[in-house]
Order: sequence, then C-alpha cells, then structure tokens
Amino acid sequence: MPAGLPKCATGIHGLDEITLGGLPRGRPTLVCGGAGCGKTLLGMEFLVRGATQFGEPGVCLSFEETAEELASNVASLGFDLADLIKHKKLVVDHVLLDRSLIEETGEYDLEALFVRLGHAVDSIGAKRVLLDSVEALFAGLNNESVLRSELRRLFRWLKERNLTAVVTGERGQSTLSRHGLEEYISDCVILLDHQVTETVLTRRLRVVKYRGSTHGMNEYPFLIEHDGISVLPVTSMYLNHLACNDRVSTGVPALDTMFGGEGYFRGSSILVSGTAGTGKTSLTAHFVDAACARGEKCVFFSFEESADQIVRNMRSIGIDLGRWVEKGLLHFHAVRPTSFGLEMHLVKIHKIIEQVKPRIVVVDPVTGLLHAGTESETRSILLRLVDFLKEKQITALITTLTSGAIAMEQTEIDISSLVDAWLLLRDIESGGERNRGLYILKARGVAHSNQIREFLLTDHGVELREVYLGETGLLTGSGRVNQEAKDASAVILALQEIEKKQHLLQRKRMMLDAQIAALQLDLETDEQESQQLIAQEKLKIVKWERDRGDMAKSRFADKIPAQHVKGAPVRGGRR
Amino acid sequence: MKRANSTGNKSPDPERYLLRLFVTGTTPRSARAIRNIRAVCEDHLPDRYDLEVIDIYQHPEYVRTEQIIVTPTLVKQNPLPVRKLIGDLSDTARVLAGLDIVPRPLSTGTPETKHAA
Repeated sequence: MPAGLPKCATGIHGLDEITLGGLPRGRPTLVCGGAGCGKTLLGMEFLVRGATQFGEPGVCLSFEETAEELASNVASLGFDLADLIKHKKLVVDHVLLDRSLIEETGEYDLEALFVRLGHAVDSIGAKRVLLDSVEALFAGLNNESVLRSELRRLFRWLKERNLTAVVTGERGQSTLSRHGLEEYISDCVILLDHQVTETVLTRRLRVVKYRGSTHGMNEYPFLIEHDGISVLPVTSMYLNHLACNDRVSTGVPALDTMFGGEGYFRGSSILVSGTAGTGKTSLTAHFVDAACARGEKCVFFSFEESADQIVRNMRSIGIDLGRWVEKGLLHFHAVRPTSFGLEMHLVKIHKIIEQVKPRIVVVDPVTGLLHAGTESETRSILLRLVDFLKEKQITALITTLTSGAIAMEQTEIDISSLVDAWLLLRDIESGGERNRGLYILKARGVAHSNQIREFLLTDHGVELREVYLGETGLLTGSGRVNQEAKDASAVILALQEIEKKQHLLQRKRMMLDAQIAALQLDLETDEQESQQLIAQEKLKIVKWERDRGDMAKSRFADKIPAQHVKGAPVRGGRR
Repeated sequence: MKRANSTGNKSPDPERYLLRLFVTGTTPRSARAIRNIRAVCEDHLPDRYDLEVIDIYQHPEYVRTEQIIVTPTLVKQNPLPVRKLIGDLSDTARVLAGLDIVPRPLSTGTPETKHAA
C-alpha cells in the first residue's frame, strides 16, 4: 500500500523529500550511526519541528544526556526547549541508569519505563517520541533476554498508541545497531554516517529501508547548521523541468543580439568557459547587474575571490555591484573550495538558494570545486546542481576555467552536455598582442549568431566588436584598429574620386548643351533664309503670270491661259 | 496502594532505614517483592525501618522523580548512599548486600548471573 501509507513529516529540510513525505506515522523508526554523527540532533529536530510546525507535541526519553545538556546542545540550532516545555509541547525526561547504584536481586521488567513514557505522553497529548538511545539500557541492566523481550514490547506498545517514534542506536561492528535493534524496528531504518576523505568531513544519510514506501536509495549528504539539519536530495530521478519561454537579458546589448536579440532563456543554465583572464567574471557581473536593475534577486557563489574583491574589481569596468548588495538584491557567498567537501558545498548552495530564493545564480568558477573532489564527483555534483537550479527555474551562469593545455572546446569536467548555452571566451593572439574573443558555441533553442566577436573590457563595461576578417585573416585589437583606419581612408579616397567624376560629367553635359544650342540657332537662321527665298520666288511667279496676262490682253489673244498660281508647268519649274 | 510500616514519622536517625518499593499493581511479581522485602526487614531490621510501597500505576509521577525504570525497584533512601535494588528481591544475599546489612561479597560488586525472564 505504497500510496496509502500515512506519513509523518519531520520538517527536516530534505529528509521529507527523500522519504516522500516523512517517517511512517504511528511506527518507530530506527536512526543509527556512529558516535557524533547527529542521531540525537535529528531526533530532537524531529520533535521540535513536530511541536512548532505540525502541532504535534513530543516526548524525549533521553538515556544519555540530561534535559539541560540536551537543551544547551540544541540551543545552537535555535531550538528553545525550555519554552516548548513550558508551553506543554515537549517533555524531556532524562532516564538515569547508574549501574554502580543498582543491585539486581531477582526478576524484573521494564513496566516502569512504560508507565513513565505513558505518563509523559498523556501529560501533553504527545504524538511523537524520541528514545535516545535506548541501547543504554543494555549497559545498565544485565538481563539481556528480559531487555530484548521488553524492547520488543515497547515498540509494539508505541505502535498500539499510534506514536511516531524515532529510536536512536549506536552503529555496531557488522550490524546497523550494536544491539540489533533493527530486528525489532523493521518499518523504517535510517543510517547516518560520516566520512573523511582527504581531511574533509562529509556527513551522509541513507534510508536503509522503508517498509511499504518507495524512498530515495542513495547516500545523501547532510549538514548540521545553525538552524538544523539539511539533507540534500541530490539526484532527481526524472528530467521533467518546465521549459520557460521567457528570456532574460545578458546585460550586454551586443550579446543579446547574438542570442537572437533577446538574451538567455529564463531558467536555463549557461556555461561561460575560458582561459584565465578572458573576462568570465566581468561577463557574469553584467548579467547580475542587469538582473538586479530589474529587481531580481541574485546569488553569487564565488570560489576564487572574496565579495569585496569582486565588487572592487567590477567597479573598474564601471559596474557597481555594491549598491545591489546594500539593497539586499545581491547575495555573495564566497568560500574556499577546500574548506569543506563537495557535497557540503552543494548542500550549502541548496540552503542559500532555498533561503534567498533568487532568480539568478552565478557560480564562479565551478572548476574551483574540482579542488574539493575528484573529477567524477565534481561532475555528478554539477549535474545535481544544474538539475536543482532548473527545477527551481533559476537562470544560472556557471563559469569554468579551461587551461590552455587542453582543447578549448572541451571543458575540464565535461559539463557541456548539461548546459543549455555555452559561451566561449578565448584569447586571440596576433600582431604581438593578446585580445579577447567571444563566441557562442551552443545555445539550445535559440537562433544564435555564429560570429566571433572581439570582447573588450572598457571602463564602462564589456563591449563586443565585430572582428575584422580581411585578406590577412582575423584581426583584433590594434591590428583591427589599424585595418579599420586603412579602410576608412580608402573610403574617403573613393568618395573623392566619385565627386571628381561627377564634376567632369557635369562639365561635359554643359558643353554639349551649349553646342546643341548653337546648332539649333544655325538651323533656325537657315530656315528663315529659306522661307524668305521661297516667298520671293512665289512673288516672282505671281508677277510673271500677271505680266503674261497683261501681254496677252495687249495682243488680244483669244485664249487666256488658265490661272496657275503655283508653278504652272508652262516653262517647267525652276526648282 | 501505599502502605507504611512501623512508625510513620521520618526521624533523622542516620541508622534508621527508609525504604521505598515501587511495584506495578498486584502482579505476582509485585506481591513476591513485597513479601521478600518484608521478610528481610523483619529478620534483619526489626523496628528500625520505614517501608513505603508505591504502586506506579496510581502514582506515575514518582517514576520520573525517583528515576525508576524497571519494576519492582526498591530504593534505599536512608542510610546513605542511596541505592536501588531491582528485581523481585528473591536473592536474599544480594538484597542484604545491597542494603549494606551484610558486607558485600568480595568477588564482584555486580553479579554476572543471568536471570530467566
């Protein structure tokens, strides 16, 4: 009945996720582990959270520590036991068993313990019980067979009273608990452990068994901090992150343009890789600055520089991150990678993210974490981190330092397949100088530019320039500037040439126009002359005909020739 | 079920035994324990003991204050040091040793023998 098993939320950060809801309600759970691994704290947090968050009062039967000791121990986690006791939300009963003061004189049973527990439970209506650690009974009493049967009865009794119990037990040589408590408590067993690898301590928690329920199977790192235990449910089983269509600006307008004009996808993970000094941090600072300006919360995890150092350095390129810190929008978390284990780093990151609830996270550089673990560990941690950030829909900018020795497009820890977008910053050496280049190696789901841009760090931030691609190849820096100057003068020359040509043309046209005008004038004069001649000729003809008529009259000719005004063919035309 | 034997007033007499027996109702084991301690007291401490029998079912508050874990438990409150005798008090030699009536056997302070449940 995996779905129907009632569970009792512990309120412990992460544990309820691993157990898919909490401990089995109304049943005892065995928490075992070596000395100092946090059994008692886990149990106390279970009680305190029950009393404060879930309205379930609790009883602690402490066989090892007195109520005062317990109270002062958990005071460091911010738990005020005295207050809870005063308000009848908690009973702490120290069960003292001093063997030197006890004489065994015959048969006995643990009925008094039952009465004691029952009385405490009834006095506050407790729903939760912590027995810490019941194995102390074995040290105080000789009759093991009685103890065993009585413990069996005790756990049955707890179940009958529907009490959710945490029973702690010291870890044995080959068994989970020294006295084999796991034989009696079979519903749920949680194993705590701590390991030291290369002087770094990592606490781990594993749910060994959980009858009637699925649960996370792995070892989960956990942290004891000022506000309790945090367990990290590190590996999510499925890839079911929501994909967001919103975009966020990169903070550099030219880079936004390279990303199709809009920037990164919200909730995506962006890798910025590059060799030392290529401007990775500056690029992230732009992103953070833009996000804070929009009023979004950011967390900056730095593994190389301190917060102050970053703020100061970014001021040199005209970005004032300090004001965002003051406004509470930007949270720095700078820590040496070697200060604790990888998983602890991850737990810390989780915790801070849970607290701050940022929309933007920067990890600079993730390669710093390599120093805290092996490569495969780092990779798995990063996978978990990216997973976690995606689940939370947090846009993450992760920088990674590539050493010059290996291929550029291969990050040291090979996390490229995990990320959605990958910016590569690289040195371009030419003409005796070293310049920075930037290009987008990949950007899932974005029509991105395939161009290399020159990446300039100026006193007003990052600038992206087109690189010069000429006959001599790719030019950057002063080479590019030179070439650009050359290009500019060439353009001016060409412009002047054009102007000259246009001038020439103009003049030619003017000359031709003048010629045309002269010719036309000629033509007109010719025409006039011709017209005059024609008119004169016509007059001649008229005169001649009239003369001929007069002559005929004078001779009395009987026939007067028909009048021909125009060119009568008497004597043939003159023209 | 609270019974007082002999004089009720607690005199400051350092030699006088003040004993409290915590039992669970009227189970045979409880009854046996009461019988055993009475016999020991009458035999060895005539007129110099006060015995209080407390049923923890009726007075559960004592269990915590007196640090009772198992039953029956006999608490010797006077003379000092305070000592607890657990079990049904059927092992008279141990009872006597526990109450400092006879010197403790030299071999062991705490017996290794195991009792059947």
